[in-house]
Amino acid sequence: MKNKILALILTILCAAARAETVFVTLEKDNALAVVDPLAGKLIKTVNVGRRPRGIAISPDNKLLLIAVSDDNTIKIIDADTLKEIGALPSGDDPETFALNPKGDKLYVSNEDNSLVTVIDIAKKKVIKQIKVGVEPEGITVSPDNRWAVSASETTNMLHWIDTKTGAIIDNTLVDPRPRAVSFTADSQQLWTTSEMAGTLTILDTKTRQAIKNINFAIPGVAADKIQPVGVVIDNDRHKGYVALGPANRVAIINAQTYEVEKYLLTGQRVWNLAFSPNQERLYTTNGVSNDISIIDLETQQVTKSIAVGTYPWGVAVKP
Amino acid sequence: MMPASKLFFRGAFNFLLFLQLLNIHSVCAAAEQVIAIAYLTQVQNTPPPLTILDPFIKDKGLPGAELAIKDNNTTGQFTSQKFVLKKFIVPVNGDVTDVFNKNIGDKFHYVVSLLAKDNLIKIADSASAKHTLFFDAATQDDALRNGQCRSNVLHILPSRAMRADALAQYMMKKRWTNWFLVIGNTQEDQLFADAIRRAAKRFGIKIVAEKNWEHTFDARRTAQSVVSVFSQTDDYDVLAVADEEGQFGEYLDYRTWIPRPVIGTQGLVATAWHRTHEQWGAIQIQNRFKEAAKRWMEEQDYAAYLAVRAIGEAATRTKSNDVKVVQDYMLSEKFALQGYKGSPLSFRSWDGQLRQPILLASPRSLVTVAPVEGFLHPKTELDTLGFDQPESTCNMAIKQ
Repeated sequence: MKNKILALILTILCAAARAETVFVTLEKDNALAVVDPLAGKLIKTVNVGRRPRGIAISPDNKLLLIAVSDDNTIKIIDADTLKEIGALPSGDDPETFALNPKGDKLYVSNEDNSLVTVIDIAKKKVIKQIKVGVEPEGITVSPDNRWAVSASETTNMLHWIDTKTGAIIDNTLVDPRPRAVSFTADSQQLWTTSEMAGTLTILDTKTRQAIKNINFAIPGVAADKIQPVGVVIDNDRHKGYVALGPANRVAIINAQTYEVEKYLLTGQRVWNLAFSPNQERLYTTNGVSNDISIIDLETQQVTKSIAVGTYPWGVAVKP
Repeated sequence: MMPASKLFFRGAFNFLLFLQLLNIHSVCAAAEQVIAIAYLTQVQNTPPPLTILDPFIKDKGLPGAELAIKDNNTTGQFTSQKFVLKKFIVPVNGDVTDVFNKNIGDKFHYVVSLLAKDNLIKIADSASAKHTLFFDAATQDDALRNGQCRSNVLHILPSRAMRADALAQYMMKKRWTNWFLVIGNTQEDQLFADAIRRAAKRFGIKIVAEKNWEHTFDARRTAQSVVSVFSQTDDYDVLAVADEEGQFGEYLDYRTWIPRPVIGTQGLVATAWHRTHEQWGAIQIQNRFKEAAKRWMEEQDYAAYLAVRAIGEAATRTKSNDVKVVQDYMLSEKFALQGYKGSPLSFRSWDGQLRQPILLASPRSLVTVAPVEGFLHPKTELDTLGFDQPESTCNMAIKQ
């Protein structure tokens, strides 16, 4: 009996320790979905402003930053109370942005103006605007804070921005319509997806040149349906994961051999990806089927899909 | 120390480069590779206004080409390539062939053409066009993409057959498979009607009745009574109208004898571009275009934009301005052009047609995008629209 109670207490404690919250922006609902992924439940949706897309959580997990595109701002929201506590001067129509590792600076893509805007979060002020290629979209900051990389969709280039000076140091031509960019945890590699060529390119940060170009092929799926978007790599650079858009699948790539190991069927138009804090699970936003998929990374299986609302776009996870 | 011969060659090369730069009136950064593009169009007589809603647009195409040149040069500044657009606007009664032979033929390897079919064929066949690649941003003609095709002409806008197929796919999905075909009195209307009949046959649609419009084009006086009488025929699901100039097609909706929707050149239309389109990043280019041109983007603007962007994409990837290299790359499987329609665009190697999704739109709403889900193809579903390789009577490779 005692043992049973102990076990029960342990279970409860473990569950509490493992509790996590998934936040999903809903582009058409003007709302944020709050999901308990372990219970597999949508807890609630809260209004956040018009056309919310890009989302990030601060390194201390206290603040959510959400680009509300049609309100032309990035809102700061308390991650616990979900109350709005501020707004940042993002420029017009913000969509994607990246936080630096410290969480005090924000790099925003301004697609209509071919600019990257750098914002001081505490002061809520624009520090710098950097001219990049046409229609910048994907953006990321290296974990060592050396580089901010912006991908311009129409110029088909990665722009390597020195985070200290804000100057572009180098440009790398990549496959058509680059979408997402993501560094490995050691900052040694940058992974980028090309929506139109249907490829993943892995670049060496030192040379800023491609070391590997990976094609995806799925039996029964037309090549032009394979449109890679979101990409994430696990901390020990063991596996990488790529969302393949209207191919409705996530590709698992061996990050050592660069082989594509598996394709997992998710919801329709799978777009953005986020790890659970311990990297045991992957969460995907599925824009057309209006749900998120949960992938168990150990068994490499989709374990659940949860309906969240219309046009789920971005995803962030709070431990 | 550099050997003398090497020095000589370098000197000669620099001199040649200098000459080339002088030729296109640009003497900035000498290391740049220049890609010169001619934009060729002829002024059209302003037709009588059909409605006060849509003013006649005189410069269809041009702002698209100009926007694309800007986009190309944004990439070019990082790759040391410079794209130059030179406009040639031939007056209404001017001689297009003359202008081409004198000012374009031997000087420009890339020509974006907004010309009608006859003029385009004439200049594409002229001796001075031997090393010129044409981008047809205006015609929809199926013959020009089949029996009359030219190996030095690529077509950006969807052909009539592609449009009719797009409509047919969606009508199949809706199961509105009995059509009443109404045809205007121009030659182009006959061609569109041919495309409609071809699509009907391909997809299993029945044309239950067919009538030629032989009435006046005055809406106020006649439309009400004439259309009700004119449209009395065997029962049908949709009325498909072929009226490319828009002389009477707009009068049909809400005036037919039985309540049926209108598709074709009016009502639900099949088009390469539409102002209601905003998916797949399209909102971005709609905004950028509107800012620059102060009007909505028309099909021809989109086509001219894609033509110049295609040159940019191929020149950047091949690092070349050589027309042979660029054309080979464009027609290869590697070529993928972003066109804001959710699929990469590429050229059909057998007829030079740009393969692309087609928008089906009503005046204020994007209804759907073809290829419609469920119409399958072994290579790409985009090739379910228009003349596929086995059906084509053009073979660009052989003609070359």
